[in-house]
Amino acid sequence: MPDAINFWPLLGVAVVVVGFALRRNPVLVVVAAGIASALGAGISIPDLLTLLGQTFVENRVLMLFLLTLPVIGLLEHYGLRERARTWIVGFRGLNLTRFQVTYLGLRQLLSMVGLNHVAGHPQTVRPLVAPMSEAAAERTLGSELTDTERATVRASAAATDNVGLFFGEDVFMAFGAVLLIQGFYARNGIFLEPLAISLWALPTAIAAFIIHSIRIRLLQRRLERERAKAEGTNNAAS
Amino acid sequence: MLRLEYLYWLVGAFLIATALLNLRERNFSIAAFWLILSGPFVFGDAILAATKQGQSWPAQAMGIGVIALGLLAARGHLRIKADGPGEQELRNESAARLGNRLFGPALAIPALTVALFLAGKFMASRDIDLLDPKNLTLTALGLASVLALAAAFRVTHAKPIQSIHEGRRLLDSLGWAVLLPMILATLGGVFAATGVGDTIAALTSAVIPIDSRMACLLAFAFGMVFFTIIMGNAFAAFPVMMAGIGLPLLILKHDADPATLGAIGMLTGYCGTLLTPMAANFNIVPAVLLELPDQYGVIRSQIPTALTLMAVNILLMAVLVFR
Repeated sequence: MPDAINFWPLLGVAVVVVGFALRRNPVLVVVAAGIASALGAGISIPDLLTLLGQTFVENRVLMLFLLTLPVIGLLEHYGLRERARTWIVGFRGLNLTRFQVTYLGLRQLLSMVGLNHVAGHPQTVRPLVAPMSEAAAERTLGSELTDTERATVRASAAATDNVGLFFGEDVFMAFGAVLLIQGFYARNGIFLEPLAISLWALPTAIAAFIIHSIRIRLLQRRLERERAKAEGTNNAAS
Repeated sequence: MLRLEYLYWLVGAFLIATALLNLRERNFSIAAFWLILSGPFVFGDAILAATKQGQSWPAQAMGIGVIALGLLAARGHLRIKADGPGEQELRNESAARLGNRLFGPALAIPALTVALFLAGKFMASRDIDLLDPKNLTLTALGLASVLALAAAFRVTHAKPIQSIHEGRRLLDSLGWAVLLPMILATLGGVFAATGVGDTIAALTSAVIPIDSRMACLLAFAFGMVFFTIIMGNAFAAFPVMMAGIGLPLLILKHDADPATLGAIGMLTGYCGTLLTPMAANFNIVPAVLLELPDQYGVIRSQIPTALTLMAVNILLMAVLVFR
């Protein structure tokens, strides 16, 4: 860079941090951050609007999941989540740990072969994985979940989906991230085969599976312990 | 060829329908929100084509639309519509009646996505472009959703219009959260254009002791996590940290192995993705979709996994990178 570094674009980062810390509406925070950063960089207002509008349009592919909403909504209206629950309760020996660890492994394997969008929060977690997790947890605990327990189990279902997706996708097949790494090196004169990069993602993928499986097991233990404690105090009170 | 644009038009139509339903109920600001958001889907290709020809007013109009979306989002609040009377009983009754047939259309979404993806790959290898080869999985997902909808009509015998009502119910309950992934990606684009990444990389490499390879490695790893937390995306952090620290210091100065550093470095960034509200489609949207009381509930559930895995990654790099 010929000139001294311009620090003013960092204003956008500051707006993000302060805005999220103050729990302002995230969309507003992000729009304000974009404007602050662009003004800090000395971009004129017409150019700023062009930049905002154009990058916004270019990223519309991220909203394609909206097409799943009418199907999921319709099936939910006809009792999909209720059915998912009843179905999973019918399995003997199934508990929260076994169900979520199985899903974690499955999700990792799917994203390893590049099928990232096969599962996901709108497609599979809300209609299937979350209600099945709740049903599995209810089996484990022996009665209906409290609201706090339900929220914990649901959050764990979403987290499991994320961990499975993130730490499977770079292994074996040359997709997104691996091509990005390879492309960066190639532009800088280091030439690598995609497979040579992706194999190094395997140790982390295994570590992620083990760590998160243990955490699911610990979550189930915690739920069981809290139940036992709550029942203990109830008995003592009565 | 089935162009991605056809699916965008479908998204646009769905958004406009939702806007009209809200307009009928006099929810004006919600209606305006969905109507503006339909813009990129209905006119997207036209806007991009105009910009390419040096005509910037359509993109500028969209830019004003983006600001309007931000202001409208701040006015609205997320709310989940409570069940009407007897709705729960109706669902239980229909779940018992339809049984496992309900799973068919739901599982058809992933199954058909796989099938269409493989078919698309196969056709592309024969030079027949059936599906957009550049966006194969997403095109497959969009098409699979449409086909699954047809299957859902068969199973439930519902009227087609009902799917619009049910989709709108979900879309309204998602509210502004639905916009976050797209708007955050936009911010990433703006940050790239204003050089935020380069500035941060220059700052970090100015303050670390560059002769210690462990110090460089730690700066690289924490930089990946920190930068991913700010940008919400490890893909955005990677080129920045690589250009700032990875390539000049670790690879060229300290002989780090590029393949190992790249792969595990990227995955260290992913640990940051588990921690940040900026990665909205993974962390905030599901909290709303699952009706969690705390919008940071999913992140909270991920913190221990993310931190442990980050430590494992740093260890792996320390052992494997300087062979």
